[in-house]
Amino acid sequence: MRIPILKLQNYLLVSIQVELDDQTAIEFQEDLLNKIHETGATGVVVDLTSVEIIESFIAKVLGDVVSMAELMGAKVVLTGIQPAVSMTLIDLGIHLKNVKTALDLEQGLIKLKQELEEK
Amino acid sequence: MKGSLSKVPISKEWDIVGARQTGRNIAKELGFGSVNQARIATTISELARNIYLYTEYGEISFEEVCEKTKVGLKIIATDSGPGIKDISRVMEDGYSTSGGLGAGLPGVKRLMDEFDVESNGDGTKITVIMWLR
Repeated sequence: MRIPILKLQNYLLVSIQVELDDQTAIEFQEDLLNKIHETGATGVVVDLTSVEIIESFIAKVLGDVVSMAELMGAKVVLTGIQPAVSMTLIDLGIHLKNVKTALDLEQGLIKLKQELEEK
Repeated sequence: MKGSLSKVPISKEWDIVGARQTGRNIAKELGFGSVNQARIATTISELARNIYLYTEYGEISFEEVCEKTKVGLKIIATDSGPGIKDISRVMEDGYSTSGGLGAGLPGVKRLMDEFDVESNGDGTKITVIMWLR
């Protein structure tokens, strides 16, 4: 199952609405990087509102894709992390410290704009 | 009221998702709230992933447990793999032999109310419990 990646001006928008298994997560990582390369997008918002579980593997894939995208020159903001997901991540000891986050898609786009204007 | 509810074999990557969905449904039926359902599902995912990564075959079983007035969900992960050589090291945050985040077992211990690990050359058995409050 492929996760759709939408282009909006210079941004890519992703809403993850499926239960993430390892395969889907790895494919998403590749697809997103390829899409950044193809489109020259400077910013990405990955919305996790519908994601009910993020365990250590998925967290690693998400954290990695943020670093990978930044190596390519695109900023990534994760949005919509559910309260239960946030609690379990901290219990697991996963802080995703280098990852930018926002409450929802709207806040994420604002944050992205600010990040990109600072340059 | 006590007993075995379900047993899920773990041998393929997809079994990790299957086990956590089964566990989440059981947790919901027992009356756990959404945060604890997420804790339980995450725990199952971590335990199932260890079985998938380090052993050929294992299983996750679910039991309803009662103690005095408390009711809880017990999850047992068993495998017949090579066993954990140094249990105290795998319980350290950040320790991993697989290049993952190393959040595995110490994280699981924080997610659940009770945690026990037994391991020898014939395999590993990890038992965790979460009580309904």
